[in-house]
Amino acid sequence: MSTETRPVRQWLLTLPSLTWLAVFFVIPAILVIITAFRPTDLQGGVGAGWTLATLREVQDPAYLPILWRTLWLSGATTLICLALALPVAFQMARVGQHMRQVLLLLVVIPFLSNFLIRIFAWKSLLHPEGPLTKLLIGLHLIPENAVLLNHVGTVLLVLVYTQLPFAILPLYAAAEKFDFGLLDAARDLGAGPWRAFSKVFVPGVRRGLISASVMVFVCCLGQYVIPQMVGGTSDEMLGSKIAQRVFSDRNLPHASALAGGLMLAVLVPMLVVVLWQQFGRKEAE
Amino acid sequence: MKRSRLPAFITLGVILFLFAPLVVLVVNSFNASRFGGEWEGFTWNWYVKLWAAGEVWESLWITLKIALSASLAAMVLGTLAAYALHRFRSWLQTVHHMLITLPLVMPDILMGMSLLALFVLSGIETGLLTIWIAHVTFCLSFVTMVVLGRLQDFDFTLLDAARDLGATQAKAVKKVLLPLLLPGVLAGGLLAFTLSIDDYVITFFVSGPGTTTLPLRVASMMKTSRSLPMINALSALLIASTFIFAALSSRLQRRA
Repeated sequence: MSTETRPVRQWLLTLPSLTWLAVFFVIPAILVIITAFRPTDLQGGVGAGWTLATLREVQDPAYLPILWRTLWLSGATTLICLALALPVAFQMARVGQHMRQVLLLLVVIPFLSNFLIRIFAWKSLLHPEGPLTKLLIGLHLIPENAVLLNHVGTVLLVLVYTQLPFAILPLYAAAEKFDFGLLDAARDLGAGPWRAFSKVFVPGVRRGLISASVMVFVCCLGQYVIPQMVGGTSDEMLGSKIAQRVFSDRNLPHASALAGGLMLAVLVPMLVVVLWQQFGRKEAE
Repeated sequence: MKRSRLPAFITLGVILFLFAPLVVLVVNSFNASRFGGEWEGFTWNWYVKLWAAGEVWESLWITLKIALSASLAAMVLGTLAAYALHRFRSWLQTVHHMLITLPLVMPDILMGMSLLALFVLSGIETGLLTIWIAHVTFCLSFVTMVVLGRLQDFDFTLLDAARDLGATQAKAVKKVLLPLLLPGVLAGGLLAFTLSIDDYVITFFVSGPGTTTLPLRVASMMKTSRSLPMINALSALLIASTFIFAALSSRLQRRA
């Protein structure tokens, strides 16, 4: 009996997780979309009846710069993370077994360290009285009164910092399976190291590249803690607005309309990737 | 043929970049200076103050209770899910697999927001229970993925062998499959535990009065400058425990 066919056993094993995810993942997601069409009530809850008013509110042109900032910050973070993670994954896959374990642990530890603490670390590093600011002023690299915090660049820096392990891990998983003999073959045939890297290694880890980009990009789209903690008042992202509508304005329908839009923005690229991978699998067969 | 040194240098740079802020935090937790711009002498002061801050330890206790119970539930649900995903090929498992993968790519804020919508609309008061539900939900997928990875290496003819030697199906699962699968299940549980302890965004959405977990406490401490050096000390302790945890789980993964 290599594959089991008894339907009762299959249902018994599948039902617990399936039910859990249906109740606490699928239904809540649908509720968010439904709530976008409900009116608010004064207690911060959801009123009775249906309305399209919230959808009209969300089309406020004031959201456009925020949407644009969210997209370009997420895109830039993804590109920077990939550019840094590719050589790291390459290196990790080439070193010996022991060194590989050490490097893996070194990448995983910051990834497992508390998210808030990693942001806090940057906040205190970049503080006007902090060590990095003093060092850079001491080296005359930045002017005496420079402020490193509360800047859109700071948001980008911390985004890259927190997302980098998400890019390294899938790329490493792909690089581990890559046949490095192909690189030697390319070099034997006269390709320079850069050409061999970009024309042989990078296409070879395509799968890892796709999942790393999706992971990083999608995680960035929903960020609100980073812009809130290290960004200025004009560096808000879409997530900041959702959190603000929930916690400050207590306007659940408005927050739901924004969150519903973000959800579609996440699911559509996901669908493209799934289709792409299925297409790739067929191609391979 | 000469290999380029560039990837090695970039790797070194990236590791330094990842660790520099954490190292500075740990060093500053022993620094007498409040902002840590300069070294003003060694002190245990911040740790003493942290020790006396009762509300921090209360939050730690809440966090541990949630993390332990949520990761246990996720371990059970995730192991069953992984077994079903591995053993059966059907439309049901295609749907199942999609449902397991989607939470992995759902931004935290959307998960928090949608669970909040569920609790508000169904009139469930937010508190320990709602945090626990949220944590089981996002841990479940991670545990399933880790156990699924282990199952792919498991030789299922061992089960047939046990059956041939007269074991019942239940006994074969209990005596052969589970012991060999245990390191994977534990590694998944450890990952779930760390994720649960770490979570801020989702917890923030579904927490209620009196359920300030450690990350929520850290966030509120970050707003008052008086307690900033205490966060350094707390961070140092947390980073140290992450080290121990990571080493533990990598050993578990290797043993299997």
